[in-house]
Parts: sequence; structure tokens; C-alpha cells
Amino acid sequence: MTALAAGTAEGRRADQTPLVEMRNIAIHFGGVRAVDDVSIDLMPGEVVALLGHNGAGKSTLIKILSGAYRADMGEIYVNGEKAEIRSTRDAKRYGIETIYQTLALAENIDAAGNLFLGRELMTGWGTLDDQRMAAETRKVMQRLNPNFRNLKTPVRSLSGGQRQSVAIARAIYFNARILIMDEPTAALGPAETRMVAELIQQLKAEGIGIFLISHDIHDVYDLADRCAVMKNGKLVGVVRTREVSKDDILGMIILGKNPITGTVVY
Amino acid sequence: MTVSSPLPAARMSGRGLIETLEIDTRMLAMIGALAAIWVVFDVITGGLFLTPRNLWNLAVQTSSVAAMATGMVLVIVARHIDLSVGSLLGLTGMVMAVLQSRFFGIDGDLGWVLSVLAGFVLAGAIGGIQGWWIAYRGVPAFIVTLAGLLIYRGLAWWMTSGQTVAPLNPNFELIGGGLDGSLGAFWSWALGVAAILALCARAVFARRRRHAYGFPVRPLWAEAAVLAAQIVPVVAFVMVMNAYPQPRTNVPMGIPVPVLIVIAVMLVMTFVATRTRFGRYVFAIGGNPEAAELSGINVRRITVWIFVVMGLLVAVGAAIATARLKAGLNATGELDELRVIAAAVIGGTSLAGGVGTIFGAVLGALTMQSLQSGMVLLGLPSPMQNVVIGLVLVLAVWLDQSYRRRRL
Repeated sequence: MTALAAGTAEGRRADQTPLVEMRNIAIHFGGVRAVDDVSIDLMPGEVVALLGHNGAGKSTLIKILSGAYRADMGEIYVNGEKAEIRSTRDAKRYGIETIYQTLALAENIDAAGNLFLGRELMTGWGTLDDQRMAAETRKVMQRLNPNFRNLKTPVRSLSGGQRQSVAIARAIYFNARILIMDEPTAALGPAETRMVAELIQQLKAEGIGIFLISHDIHDVYDLADRCAVMKNGKLVGVVRTREVSKDDILGMIILGKNPITGTVVY
Repeated sequence: MTVSSPLPAARMSGRGLIETLEIDTRMLAMIGALAAIWVVFDVITGGLFLTPRNLWNLAVQTSSVAAMATGMVLVIVARHIDLSVGSLLGLTGMVMAVLQSRFFGIDGDLGWVLSVLAGFVLAGAIGGIQGWWIAYRGVPAFIVTLAGLLIYRGLAWWMTSGQTVAPLNPNFELIGGGLDGSLGAFWSWALGVAAILALCARAVFARRRRHAYGFPVRPLWAEAAVLAAQIVPVVAFVMVMNAYPQPRTNVPMGIPVPVLIVIAVMLVMTFVATRTRFGRYVFAIGGNPEAAELSGINVRRITVWIFVVMGLLVAVGAAIATARLKAGLNATGELDELRVIAAAVIGGTSLAGGVGTIFGAVLGALTMQSLQSGMVLLGLPSPMQNVVIGLVLVLAVWLDQSYRRRRL
């Protein structure tokens, strides 16, 4: 058994098809192989952390899933069926929502406008229904961040935590089944970080699969069911978090050494 | 967009009042600045500025630039620029003039209508081509439209080897205002009343919608005050336009046709910018192009459409300017690109993108034209007029930026 198969098979029960399966994904930019033959999967209600140094290829891999990049090779399966993801619009159609590290908010537009950006609610006249969008935003915000009041100010003037709430609300409002969170707590204080952790538990319970991207094992160790580690565009391995120590995972990130199979990625 | 937080009724300071009324303080400052310019010029010209005659002319002179400035708002909001509008106006106006005087004939209405339509198709298509180079070929808008500035002016000259084309169809010339190009007293009032009814209906409708979704609404007195602040200028405008009689008669001129066109353009463009998907996407692209792309917005296609809209508005400006001159000249619209950009910027459009209003741009155009007109009344030599306009442009942008920084 290869390093890859060991990690993957372990997380899977026989009667379940994975929510997402990325098989043999590769992409290069110029001569650089940013992602080199990587396969990972995600089960319903599971949190998989995707770890690695800056430039390891984790963000690139996930941008292929979210439709921002197109892979040169490999296939993506959603619920066991082959998915054609050519754009972020396609990805959203498969229920794949992404919370980007940069949050990807239009700073000059209010929370409701950002939440519905690209998927606006319209009136019968074919015009923007700003009041209904604001009302819906208020509804979803009450669940996420009850202190959120500034529905109609540009997000530029919101705090980091509030902006994060808008980005999260945008991902979960449209009934995501697969959620990608890129460094979700990197810019947050302790209270807001706890809020995100609670939210992840809640979404997990609802059967949503979550990819957590991070360069720091401490951020995700308590949250992740499995950890997938990448180095130099290659997959070092996928391990069940509670079967290995933090040091094992650090070894994977830094040395590229798989603690179970002993293989090393350079 | 203004803040709408429920305020404790006790706190009724100036700031509280402004928030209750949901007034855009920036816009208020601009209107104040314009009013100050008017009053100062009126005092130093000894009452020559604030006369119906001067205000009527001012409105007509502003029209062409104001129409184009509404399009420039979208261009600049989306982080682009269009330096070609003056030359494109020259070419489009020349095409309209040549078509009606040399091909379709100036008799009958079909000829001039077709010539105007052809102008719109031409300017829209040229805008689209420029947009395509910018969006799909990645050539910066500055370069594409700078090339356009040279190309279209050259073509406008080349079409008639520099000759002026006249006469034009008399009905076409109504578009430019002139002695007969006004609505007259009755229709001016009819329009004014229609506008007042529309403002009332809008206020009621907006209030109902906010109520339906449980958002705070203004107190009724505030609603009435805001409505009054909208209705009074409408009434004043109609009265002033009607107070200017045709020469040697008592027959009121009324609202000039080009001003009517600009009002229509302003309404349509405000609708496009604030109530349609397209408008929302233009602002999203200006705020964060990457986020817009990730949201599934087709940024390139929107960019092409922005320049098509700009082109169509140049055609509006070309029809007004050509009709006002009653001739096709290859120099029509020279330096208009700078006036149009200045109008948008003075009107609060941020060159960093993402921020701007249509109404602000029209106010900006009116402010610029007021300065120009006032300096003419004062007999300032025209090179000095440019010096003053240049200084005002820098001052306006500096004020705007300090205001924004203070707000953040």
C-alpha cells in the first residue's frame, strides 16, 4: 500500500462515498509544478486540514476545487460523480463554497451586497432587491454573529471579525455541502477564533465537509479529523489526527516524512 | 448609501439630525460649494450671474459634458479611464452632420433621425472595441483610449478634409437648445408636476418596503422634510427656466431640450448604477476586482459593456454639441475628455475606483461650467480661465480625499 492509500482508506467507511474526491491533480505555472499528482478526499461531516509551508501548493490545490484555477491533469468527483469545474460559478453549483484568506470582499459595498455578490435577489421588475437582501443578511447574521448591526455600511468600515462573519455568511447562506476555509483564523482575535471553531463543529454536525487550509498545525489540530500535508507541490501523506502527535505532523510539514510509511518527500 | 441606525430621540444634535434625515453629507457639501460659487459670482458681477438668462444658458452649456460625465463615473469606478471621449464626440458629431447634410438630406425627419441612430451605433461599437482591447487583450485603458484620442480626431478631420459641414436639419438643431429648442411654459410645468408626483410615489414606496422588512424608517416629519428638499428645487428649476423669455417677447422659454435629455440620462444612469446587476458589478469590480472574479462575475464582459455605455453617452453628447453649433466641425469636443473626467472627479468619483455617483458627476459638470461662465462674465481672459479650473480641480480632489480620510 502506498502512503497515499493508507491515509485515505482509513478515513472511509465502506458504505460511504466521499463528498469530494480529487484524483491525481496536477497543475504547473511555467516550469513550476505547483501541484504534482495529488489525491485527497473528504467525507460528509468531516474536517480535513490541508497543511504545508507557504508555497507548498495547498492554496493552489484548493483553488482548483473552488474553480479559480483549472487543473492540467486529474479529475474531481463530487458524491462519486465526475464533476466538471471550469469556474467559481461551476463550483458553487456543486455546493462548493470558499472562504478565502483575503476574504474576497468588495470593500466599497455593504454586507448584504457582498453576501449576494454574483447571486443577487431580484424584484419582479428585474431590479436589485436590496431590502430583501438586507433582511436575509440580518437573518443569517443573527445566527453567526448576533452583535452584527452594520448591515448598510460598506464592509471597509467593519472590524476584522465582522468582515470574517460576512465572508462566512456568504459561504453558508447558499447551503454549501463542501466548505473550503483558507486560514480562517489567521486574522482573528481569541474570541473570534473560538466563534469560528464553534461554527465548524456546528457545520460538521450538519453533515457539511470542510477543508481547513493552514500553515500552522496548532490552528487546526483540535478541529481536524484528518490532516493532509503537502510539500513542494507533492502530497506527503494523509493521517488521522488522533493517531499521530503534533510533532509527527510537524515532521511531515518540515521534513516531508510520513510517520506511518516512513517515505520522504523532498 | 447612508447609515440607518435607530437613534435615541433625545439625541437631536446637528449630527443626530443629519442621521435622522439620512442625508449624504458629502453631497450636501457639494451643493453648498456650488451655491457659494453662484452667490460669489453674482455679487462680484453685480447681479449678472443669478439671472434666468444666465442660468438657462448655464444649463444648456453643461448638457453635453454632463451627459458624458455620467458614463465616465462607471468607467472610473471600475478603475479605468477614457481619454477618447472628446475625439469620439468630434467623430460622431461629424458623422451625424455628414450623413444628414450629404446622404440622407436635411429635409424631412427621417434623415436626421437615421443620422443620429448611426452616430449611436458607431460610438457604441467604438466603445465596445476599446473595451475589448482593454478587457480581453489587457492593454491598459489609458493607452487604448489615448490612441483613440488621436485616431478619432484624425478621422473626424479626414472625413471632410477639415471642412465644416452645414446646414443641418432644423429639427435636429432643437436637440441643442437654441431659440426654439425649449419646452415652453406649459410642458415645463407638466414635467415639473410629473416629477413631483414621482418623488412622492418613490418616497411612499421606499418607506413601505423598509417597513415590510422591519427596517427602521425615518420619522414622518423627517420624511416630509426630505421630500420637500427634493420638491423645492424642482419647482425653482421650472420657474427659473420659465422666467427667461424669448427675445423681444413675453413667451417663456421653459426647459431646454438638451437639459431635458440630460435629466433623462441622469435618471437612466442612476437606475443602471444603483438598481441593476450590471451597476452592482461595476462597483464590485472597482472595490475589489479579484473578489468580483471569485464571485463568478464575468469581469471582462462587464468591462466591455462599460465602454459601450460610455460610447453611447458620447453619442448623446455629440448630438447635443453638434446641434448646438448647428454644424459639424472637426474640432468639436476638443479637450472634452478632460472636462468630463474633471466633472466626474469634482463630483466625488474616486480615481482609486469603487466610489462615485451619477448625480455627483452632473453636479460636478455644473460646477465646472459655473466657474467658466462666471469668469466669462467677469471678462477674464480664456488662458486664465484654464488656470483657475486647473487649480479648482486639485483643490476639489484634495478636499474630497481629506473628507474621506476623516470618515474612516
